[in-house]
Amino acid sequence: MAVLQMQRVSICALKKDRKAILEKLQRMGVMEINHILEEDEDFRRMDTANARSSFEKAAAAADQALNLLQQYAPVKQSLLSSLAGKDLIEKEKYQSVIENREELQKKAKRIQALDKERAENRASILKIENSIESLMPWLPLDVPVSFGGTEHIMMLPGTLSGQFTLDQVYEMLAEQAPELEVDIHIISAEQDTVYLTVFCLRKDSAAAEEALRSIGFARPSQISDQVPAEAKADMEKEISRIQSNIAEIEKEIMSLAVHREGLKLLADYYRVRADKYEVLGQLPQSERTFLISGYVPKKEAARIQKTLGGQYDCVVDLEELKEDEEAPVLLKNSSFSSSAEGILEAFGLPGRGEVDPTAIMSFFYVFLFGLMLSDAAYGAIVSIVCGVLILKFPRMGKSMKTSIQLFFWCGISTLFWGIMFGGYFGDVINVISRTFFGHEVGIPAVWFVPLDEPMKLLIYSMLFGVIHLFTGLGIKGYMCLRDKKYMDFFCDVVLWYMLLIGLLIMLIPSDIFASIAQATIVFPAAVNALGKWMAIIGAVGIVLMSGRANKNFGIRLALGAYDLYNVSGWLSDVLSYSRLLALGLATGVIASVVNQMGSMGGKSVFGVIVFIIAFIVGHTFNIAINLLGAYVHTNRLQFVEFFGKFYEGGGRAFNPFKENTKYADIKEETNL
Amino acid sequence: MSQLGIVYALLGAGVAVFLAGAGSALGVGIAGQAASGVVSEDPSKFAKVLILQLLPGTQGLYGLIIGFVTLSKIGLLGGGVADISVQTGLLILAACLPIGIVGLISARSQGKTAAAAIGIIAKKPEQFGKAMLFPAMVETYAILALLISFLAVSAIPV
Repeated sequence: MAVLQMQRVSICALKKDRKAILEKLQRMGVMEINHILEEDEDFRRMDTANARSSFEKAAAAADQALNLLQQYAPVKQSLLSSLAGKDLIEKEKYQSVIENREELQKKAKRIQALDKERAENRASILKIENSIESLMPWLPLDVPVSFGGTEHIMMLPGTLSGQFTLDQVYEMLAEQAPELEVDIHIISAEQDTVYLTVFCLRKDSAAAEEALRSIGFARPSQISDQVPAEAKADMEKEISRIQSNIAEIEKEIMSLAVHREGLKLLADYYRVRADKYEVLGQLPQSERTFLISGYVPKKEAARIQKTLGGQYDCVVDLEELKEDEEAPVLLKNSSFSSSAEGILEAFGLPGRGEVDPTAIMSFFYVFLFGLMLSDAAYGAIVSIVCGVLILKFPRMGKSMKTSIQLFFWCGISTLFWGIMFGGYFGDVINVISRTFFGHEVGIPAVWFVPLDEPMKLLIYSMLFGVIHLFTGLGIKGYMCLRDKKYMDFFCDVVLWYMLLIGLLIMLIPSDIFASIAQATIVFPAAVNALGKWMAIIGAVGIVLMSGRANKNFGIRLALGAYDLYNVSGWLSDVLSYSRLLALGLATGVIASVVNQMGSMGGKSVFGVIVFIIAFIVGHTFNIAINLLGAYVHTNRLQFVEFFGKFYEGGGRAFNPFKENTKYADIKEETNL
Repeated sequence: MSQLGIVYALLGAGVAVFLAGAGSALGVGIAGQAASGVVSEDPSKFAKVLILQLLPGTQGLYGLIIGFVTLSKIGLLGGGVADISVQTGLLILAACLPIGIVGLISARSQGKTAAAAIGIIAKKPEQFGKAMLFPAMVETYAILALLISFLAVSAIPV
C-alpha cells in the first residue's frame, strides 16, 4: 500500500554522450522526462521534428507492410492470441535486423508497391470487362463494326433506342424517305435498345443517314477495327494475362512474408527512435553540454546515478520534490493487491497527499465480488480459466494480466462463498439426483442457504457494508493524523464514529431490528445508555464543529446541521449493500431456473440430452451475465460508497521514457 | 370463487416478467443503437460497448427471478397446485408489482444512460470504469425493488 516516492533527477553531461545516455535511459525505462528549465541564450532546444516524423513514417510504412502481409498471407490468430502479449527477442537477433534495416525498408516499400500494382491491374481488368460488356450486342456481326461497306454498298451500324421489330424499322424509314432502298439487319435487341446494321447504295448514303437520324438512329460510340468476336477473344486473353500477372504479384508478396518478423522489429525500432528524438527535442543544450531532467522513483534513483555516473562524464543530481509539485503516481503493492490496481486506475490514481487504498480495497473487492456471485462451481470455473490463461501466456500485457489475476482471486472468493451457501451450479446436484436417480441428495450449506433465510443474509450484507464504510472513514482519519490535522480528525472522523456507533447501539435492541432479524438482542442497560450518550455527543459535536471554518456563529450552526443530515447519506450507503443479497439470489435463482428447464425432459436418454444442452447453454449464460453484474456492482460499492468516504483521486500516472514497442520486447534488463 | 386466487398469483408472475422484461428490451435496444454507431466507426471497441449495452438487461432477469419464485411458490412448477385464496392471490400480485414497475422504468432510463456512456467510450475509451458506473447507478433502484418483491413473495404464507 504505497504510492512510490518520486525524486527529481537532473543530469548534465557532454553532448558527445547525448545519444548513448538517452538510449541508456530509454532502456532502463524508469524516468519520466519533465523539464523545468526555460530556453535561454546558452541553452537551446534542438529542432528534431523532421527526424522524428521521418522515423514515424518509416514505422508506419513497416506497419502497413505488415498489414498487407496479413492480408495476402494470413497467419492464423486464435481468439486468445490477443492475450499472448509481446514476443521476447534475443538481443543479437534485434541487432542483426537493425543492421539490415535499409534492406528491410526496401522490402516494406516493395510490398506496398506490389499491392498498388495489384490494385491497378485489377482496375484495368474491370475496364476491359466493361469494354467486353459494350461489345456483347455486336457479337453476331461477322465484320468489324468499322467495316464501312464495299465499293458500291455502304454499311451503317448503329442503335435505336426503344423496342422495334424489323418491320417497324422499315416502316418508319419508309415514312421518312419513301423512295430510299435499304437493307436492314437487326444484330441483336436488348430491353430498350436495338442494334442494327443498315446497307444502302453509296450514292444514297447522305439521304439514308439523314432519314436514319430522324428516326433516332445513333452510331455506336466505340468503333473497333476488329470483328467483334475476335476482339472479345483478344480482350479475354488480355484479362487472363493480367490475372496471371496478379497471381505472380500475390506470389511475390507471399514470398516476402518471411520478413514478417524483421518488419515487426523494424517498426518497433523506428517507433523507439521516434520517441527518443521527441525527448531529444526537449533537451536544453549548450555548445558542449546538455541537460536532462525528470522524475524517478526514489528506489531507482541510485541506480541511475551509478549506471550513468560510472560510464559517462556527467553530473547526476538528485533532489526531493518541492511542496507544491505534483509528482506522477506509481503504485507499489503486494502481488495480491496489485491485481486491483486496474480498478483503482479506472477511478483515478491517488492525488497529492492521498494514500494508496489499493491494498485495503483489493481485500474488500475480492470479498464482495465472491459474495455477489456466490456459487462454488462458477467460482471454480472462473479461477481455473484465469489460472490457465496466466500460466499459458506468461508474457501477457501488464494490464490484462492484472485483471485476469484479480478475477482469479475473485473466483476463489466465489468458491468460498458458494461452499458457505451451498450453491453448486445452483441446485444441480439436487435436481440431477431427483430427476435421474429418484432420490434427492445435495451438499448442505456450510453456513446457511440464502434462499431460505433471505433476511439473515440481508442483515449480514448490511453488516459487511458498515464494516466497509467504517474502514473508509478510518482511512480518512489516518490521513488526518498523518498530516497532523488533529482538529479535523476529531471533528470529521471521531464525532461521526461516535454518532454512528451510538445510533447502531440504539437500533439493535429496537423492535424494527428484531422484526427484520427475527431475533431479539438485548444489551445491558449500561450499553444502551452509552449508545444514547455517544449518539447525542456525536450529533451535538457535529452541529457545533462541522462549520468551524466559518466565523459567523449562526452560519456555523446551519452548516453543522446540514452536515448532520449526512446521516441519511450513511443510511442509503448501508442500504446499498443489500445488492449483495440481491445479486447472490439472482445467481442462485437463475441457476435453478436453468436446472429446472433441463430436468423437464424427464428420466430418459432424451431427457439426459436435453439436460446437458440446457445445462451448458444456461449456465454459460448465467456465468457471463452474473460475472458482469458482480463486476459492475462491486466497482460501484468501491467507487461510490467506499471511496466516497475518503478518496478523491485525480493523480497523474507515471509515464516513463521507455522503449514503447508494439510487437516485441528485447531481452535484457526489463525493470518496472 | 376460490379458483380466482391462482389466477391473480399467476398474473403477478406475469406482471413481473412482462413489465421488467419489456423495460429491459427497451433499454438494451436504446443502448444497442448507440453501440452499433460506435462499432461502425471503430470495431475494436466492440467488447466495451457490448458490456455497456448489456447493463439494462438485468431488470428482465430480476423479473424472471420473481416470476420463477412465484411459480414455484404456487406450485405450478411440478408438484400439486396449491390452494390459493383470492386474498393470497392478490397479495402475491401486489408483491410482484415493485420489480415489474420499477424494472420497466429503470431499465428504460438505464438504457438511455448506457447510450450516453457508450458516447464516453467513443471519445475516451480509457474511461471505461467511469462510463460503466453511470448506468450502474440507475440499476440500484431495480435491485431495491427486486429485494422488496422477493422478500414479500417469500414471506406470503401459502
